[in-house]
Amino acid sequence: MSFDVMDYFRQETLPHIWCPGCGNGIILRDFAVALERLNYPRDEVVIVSGIGCSSRAAGYLNFDTVHTTHGRALPFATGIKLANPNLKVFVIMGDGDSSAIGGNHLIHAARRNIDLTAIIFNNNIYGMTGGQFSPLTPRDKKATTAPYGMIEQSFDICRLAEGAGATYVGRATTYHNQLLTQLIIDGAQNPGFSLIEAVTHCPTSYGRRNGMASPSDMVRWQKDNAVWIDKVRAGKAEVKDGQFTIGLLHRHEAPEFTQAYMEVIKRARGQE
Amino acid sequence: MSGERILVNGNHAAAYGVRLARPMVVPVYPITPQTPIVEKISEFQAEGQMEVELVTAESEHSAMSACITASLTGVRVFTATASQGLMLMHEMLHYASGARAPIVMVNVNRTIGSPWGFWPDQTDSLAQRDTGWIQYYCESGQESLDTILQAFRVAEKVLLPAMVVHEAFYVSHSLEVVEVPAQELADQFLPPFTPPHRLDPEIKESWGNTVNQDMFYRHRKTLGEAMDNALAAAKEADADYRALVGRGYGIIEEYRCDNPEIIIATMGSMTGTAREAVDELRAEGLAVGLLKVKLFRPFPLKDVRRALTGVPKVVVLDRNFAPGTGGFLHQEMKAALYGMSDGPEVHGYLAGVGGTNIPPAKIKDMVREALAEKAAAEPVWKG
Repeated sequence: MSFDVMDYFRQETLPHIWCPGCGNGIILRDFAVALERLNYPRDEVVIVSGIGCSSRAAGYLNFDTVHTTHGRALPFATGIKLANPNLKVFVIMGDGDSSAIGGNHLIHAARRNIDLTAIIFNNNIYGMTGGQFSPLTPRDKKATTAPYGMIEQSFDICRLAEGAGATYVGRATTYHNQLLTQLIIDGAQNPGFSLIEAVTHCPTSYGRRNGMASPSDMVRWQKDNAVWIDKVRAGKAEVKDGQFTIGLLHRHEAPEFTQAYMEVIKRARGQE
Repeated sequence: MSGERILVNGNHAAAYGVRLARPMVVPVYPITPQTPIVEKISEFQAEGQMEVELVTAESEHSAMSACITASLTGVRVFTATASQGLMLMHEMLHYASGARAPIVMVNVNRTIGSPWGFWPDQTDSLAQRDTGWIQYYCESGQESLDTILQAFRVAEKVLLPAMVVHEAFYVSHSLEVVEVPAQELADQFLPPFTPPHRLDPEIKESWGNTVNQDMFYRHRKTLGEAMDNALAAAKEADADYRALVGRGYGIIEEYRCDNPEIIIATMGSMTGTAREAVDELRAEGLAVGLLKVKLFRPFPLKDVRRALTGVPKVVVLDRNFAPGTGGFLHQEMKAALYGMSDGPEVHGYLAGVGGTNIPPAKIKDMVREALAEKAAAEPVWKG
């Protein structure tokens, strides 16, 4: 059976609203491919998004989807997962969405190790509102609210998630899109909180202000600065200043929240 | 010392008003359609035209928290938001008025999710009517600019925060010629903020402590008195501004209200459209007037009652909606006019909810319908 990616989209909502050259469409396609390979029954998949450019993604996908409020995608998703733990719940957020206004929810979802798969579209900027800096804007990079360069330290959202307790953490880019697809598949199969950071390119609000006006400049930057974690671990590569690792960055086993919840109910009812 | 005339959108006009007011701290978080205000302030700061600490917080809740504490140190504080941002601030809005922090905030009216929209609708700010904030509704960028200066003056006099409101896109993103008063005039109108009570290690005062029931009761009562005093303060500020700058608005505006058969009452950008409808209907021989409610909190009860004494009918146009009761202004008007023996029959029309377009022709139809029919108790949906 041949795979038609359009089969996964609400075609009446297309074309999408993203700017020419935006990387979000690549992530969206990779996500659709991952869903094809995961082959979950479609009515068992729920996609929840927050607010921002990334969060438009939910509306384009032909599944049960909820477009929620800024920063609150994870609490909404937590409610869905707790109400019906059998559902496969994916959460689409941006960097501002997940790490600024919704940062609190991110660390607690990771801490609880609830079985959600969060895909963070990291374009390093608030794209939709016109290019204000986010907690993932690297130091010295420019934004409309940092015309002379960002003075704050940025989060490494993967290390943040790992530190908070996420059991599956990976990073890919819109250039390394096969890796991204694989991370989404593996993350979905991890029984716990999975976070996949998808480094995406925003030429309109970020690239233009930071010496990468064309989408290809930005994708080349990804290619040149992403270092495979396997090579680093094998001592065959090192991460230079300004570079970042990609691949499966962290994995460990821990009790999953909804399972633990069901068990405590059984215990309380003396059904053990 | 006449002002400079420039072509700007409503949001940038507001930013010019902020520049004239010389706030020292502006904590803010981006949200459509407010963002051009803070972008302009950021530009003023970068160009050395404003000496201000611009703090970009990680959410609107944090932005308002920072506003409160900055204000309590005794400096002038401004912020701006819209829609969801205002919703997220809600807890801190109460805290700000309780702490008597005279912050001035521009809210750009935008629909509240769900579902998502970006359209002009006043429900976001009107839903904050009980938070203890003074509220002004403006119909143009010029009015917002002028009102920001007045709002600081009133807020700092009565020690309550004040919200200056204009609508998304119709005002926020529409270009208009705006006169920016000379800085000298603004300084004369709005002297530096030097509150006797402030967070200052030399003074040793504190805020937010736990109080008993009687203390809380007294606190609310004084807060209510401050809100009552804001009425006279707002009238005085407007009169002084008019004398200095040559423009004033009143806390209400009565437009062509001589011997009317009916008066249109509304707020915000709808007043501009209604004014045109009034002119056309007057030209057609119908005695129609317009009552613009500019100051919504405190509600100008006596002024509204006086303006509508002996008027047979009033038709209230609400670009906002409270499910279960209807339009906010409709509710407030009914309450304000209750018990008047010579008060008008009150028609409540929901017009422009969700940002739908209400041209003058539609308002003329609504006026004719209100004249022909008896007022319904419930609000009537009018597109």
